[in-house]
Amino acid sequence: MQYMCLIYDEESTWANMPEDERNAAYAEYMTFTQAIKDSGNHVAGDALQPISTATSVRVRNGETLVTDGPFAETKEQLGGYYLVEAKDVDEALKIAERIPSARYGTIEVRPVVVWEE
Amino acid sequence: MTADPVAEAFREEFGRAVSILIRALGDFDLAEDAVQEAFAVAAERWPRDGVPTSPGAWIVTTARNRAIDRLRRERTLETKRAELARLTELAPDEEDDDVSTVPDERLALIFTCCHPALSVDPQGALTLRLLGGLTTPEIARAFLTGEATMAQRLVRAKHKIRAAGIPFRVPPDDALPERLEAVLATVYLIFNAGYSDVRNELSAEAIRLGRTLTRLMPDEPEALGLLALMLLHDSRRGTRLDDQGAIVLLEDQDRSRWDEAEIEEGRALVESALRRRRPGRYQLQAAIAACHTGETSDWPQIVLLYDELLALHPSPVVELNRSVAVAMAAGPEHGLAAADAVTGLEDYRYLHSTRADLLLRLGRDDEARAAYARALELTPEGAEREFLTGRLSSL
Repeated sequence: MQYMCLIYDEESTWANMPEDERNAAYAEYMTFTQAIKDSGNHVAGDALQPISTATSVRVRNGETLVTDGPFAETKEQLGGYYLVEAKDVDEALKIAERIPSARYGTIEVRPVVVWEE
Repeated sequence: MTADPVAEAFREEFGRAVSILIRALGDFDLAEDAVQEAFAVAAERWPRDGVPTSPGAWIVTTARNRAIDRLRRERTLETKRAELARLTELAPDEEDDDVSTVPDERLALIFTCCHPALSVDPQGALTLRLLGGLTTPEIARAFLTGEATMAQRLVRAKHKIRAAGIPFRVPPDDALPERLEAVLATVYLIFNAGYSDVRNELSAEAIRLGRTLTRLMPDEPEALGLLALMLLHDSRRGTRLDDQGAIVLLEDQDRSRWDEAEIEEGRALVESALRRRRPGRYQLQAAIAACHTGETSDWPQIVLLYDELLALHPSPVVELNRSVAVAMAAGPEHGLAAADAVTGLEDYRYLHSTRADLLLRLGRDDEARAAYARALELTPEGAEREFLTGRLSSL
């Protein structure tokens, strides 16, 4: 099965981190990414630019409404994701708990829908 | 043999049959339906043709045949071939149909029901449904919710098991202690739901589940401890409330009316668990409960057991319970000092009722009155409230 691991943490934590700490955190992410590539669990993964760069769009009654900002203002923000291959939710959770942000933010793990023919 | 062998077989065999069918089918709903149908057939045939020698095996075979019929009707050829093959393996020889040697899968089932990806309420509800065979209205009553809400909760939980890929298995050794804790907590939750409300059937179900766990995991001292704890509490069920439904304190309960058989079994279980030298919260709580079962309670021993419990699992509620034991063992002034040292329970009604009781024993009536009043503010309507009101007005 494929699982989407959505990484939520506070952008301010990253913004306020001293540079050497931030570099260490990035390095930790790179090590983790390499590890799940080596184990064959990695399908895709990216970090997102901060929500200050987000734009939301919706269409109502045929009218397109574009607004500055994220879908919802929350204390923690979606900052990135990993798409992983795992045999069941236990394996997916084991991978998710190793994502560095799990220690200061929250990782939401969602199975990916498989469309039946 | 009881009056109704079908009801008896249902209680004994439902969970086992469901777990075996889930293993073969990988489909919770189909497994549950097939087993329900098998019992419906049993209710019709057993009174007429007699009870089979091995009721459990009969139920599994009948449920398997029902599931095969359903699959033949409903599934496309490709998907059903694999499932049919697994189902047929349950009884390779059609003639002999003996499934009594199929391994018990209830442990995998209870660990799946209590998976941490499900929240606590659905864990308890699913366990009652799939292992205990309780109906939705019965479970709704147990959790004090409406039937529609409970039906939805069960559907959602079963859907999540399937969609999120929650595995049907006993967790690997490295995850076992943590996962076992969730299983034991769920069974204890079911017991307490029945105990606090004096709904006997739920507590009986929890004891039955606890017994099953000790058979499936005979070397797990905490499983033994939990069963012991439930039996020892249950032994006092009949004396906890008086004829008017008012609370009777432990020291005032009629010990001659406690259930001797449950006490004996509970004590033996605690001893055999503690001999394994891997103490845990349920064993220690059971040991404390066992200290109450003599002619009088062994308070100094109870204080020591609370100390051990606190060392393993620090908790202000346990500290408060310990202060009561200290008062009994060493006098109310020591108990009060221990109760006053507890922090974080300012809005916990039992802190105030405990302090009130100790202050009363020390003759500090004004302070006792204030503490009873504070406890009353925090207590909802019911037997407890009447008890406190009675105490307050007698001052």
